Amino acid sequence: MIEIKEISKSFSENLVLDNVSHLFERGKTNLIIGESGSGKTTLLRSLIGLNEIDSGQVLFDGRDFHNLNIKEKRKLRQEIGMLFQKGALYDYMTVEENILFPLTMFTEQENEEKIYRVNECLKRVNLINSNKLFPSELSGGMTKRVSIARAIVMNPKYLLCDEPNSGLDPKTAIIIDNLIQEITIESNITTIVNTHDMNSVMEIGERIAYLFKGKLSWQGTKEELMNTENKELNDFVFASKLFKRLKK
Amino acid sequence: MKKLLQHLGKYFILLNKVFSMPEKRSVFINQLSQEFKKIGIDSIGIVTIISFFIGAVVSIQTAYNFESPLYPKYLIGFATRESLILEFCPTMLCLILAGKVGSNMASQIGSMRVSEQIDALEIMGVNSATFLILPKIVASLLFFPCLIILSIAIGLVGGWVGCQNTGITTASYLYGIKIDFNPFYVTYCLIKTTFFAFIISSVSSYFGYYTNGGALEVGTASTRAVVYSSIIILLFNFLLTDLLLA
Repeated sequence: MIEIKEISKSFSENLVLDNVSHLFERGKTNLIIGESGSGKTTLLRSLIGLNEIDSGQVLFDGRDFHNLNIKEKRKLRQEIGMLFQKGALYDYMTVEENILFPLTMFTEQENEEKIYRVNECLKRVNLINSNKLFPSELSGGMTKRVSIARAIVMNPKYLLCDEPNSGLDPKTAIIIDNLIQEITIESNITTIVNTHDMNSVMEIGERIAYLFKGKLSWQGTKEELMNTENKELNDFVFASKLFKRLKK
Repeated sequence: MKKLLQHLGKYFILLNKVFSMPEKRSVFINQLSQEFKKIGIDSIGIVTIISFFIGAVVSIQTAYNFESPLYPKYLIGFATRESLILEFCPTMLCLILAGKVGSNMASQIGSMRVSEQIDALEIMGVNSATFLILPKIVASLLFFPCLIILSIAIGLVGGWVGCQNTGITTASYLYGIKIDFNPFYVTYCLIKTTFFAFIISSVSSYFGYYTNGGALEVGTASTRAVVYSSIIILLFNFLLTDLLLA
């Protein structure tokens, strides 16, 4: 599990995260939702040190990330898989090389073993026979799936996903969402998904945290979300006519 | 002034991050061989063309200025050699390489930054600075001197071709390029080249590494890399010449 305690982060004079505390549970898909600019991405990046926090603690199963030295941080990061918004695949490497990369960097496995593991991950994300393709030859959904394969190749304990289905059609988005949830349950890992897509919330949201103007404004399950009295959250969730009708 | 100090601070912090042991030697050697190709082998063509024509023009201009019968003809070969070794090859070539290699480094690292590929490296636990920048610096330090030696050789051939129409014989040109040769000038040339190689690779990587934004900022980083590398090269050219030759 990942626990954050009273995290604050500002850029110059602009306070982006204001005293945020929350517990992300293991074996569950934890969602962070909120409007654009509410601090979701900053929170996710702050968890893993891509943004330095001003104050607070980030505990990975009790280990305070921001108190670790550089070597310990790098070691801990090897336990984290991350799915970036745009995939962040290395464009000069093939699909196979992209997924192989963490194995090459951090394991002493034989080449056959590594390739076997790569194929296993590609099969898991339903992308067999695309080993030799380059990222420029992949569709948006395929890019995300390769990115997931790369994130899980080292059997991470924590999986962080930054808007995993942005730019995808609803059908592909649901496939990606379900894939993330299945992997979370199968491997019993702590998964955090950053999203503003209400379809995702309804599909995979087990524990939901709502950020509003940098503050944790609400937390609960998707069932509780439907009956919330929180005004800002209501405005956010039921912004579309479809969801308004659903509520009625 | 404050901004300059900030840049200097960030530059040295980055260098401190760059010069640490690579995670895996085999991966580093693989990266290094790719950089040798990109920085070195791919630059041979432009270095050859520029050096040949610089050599030719230097010898023609020297011949034009030494028209007096009081000057011996071999001085054209001598002056061409001295100009090429002391200034044209190490400084001019490095300024051109700052444009070719430096902008390429800055834009490559910059696009990796804006597309979150550097963040992805960091998340995996890879020291992105060592992984991306160290092979570029090492390849530049090892290959730039080779390029400059090649450039001197091609420049001297260009000088010989250039002086064909100026009435000087091949024998006196060859005599000129051999006479009164001071081997320290080659050492001086290689010392300068090594400094310039480090400046080009580290400054360009610095601007790429700290790119923030999108495609437009990658272009800006690339331009800045060339401008700042060139200015620093010229500054160090003056300092090193003053230290080594004055």
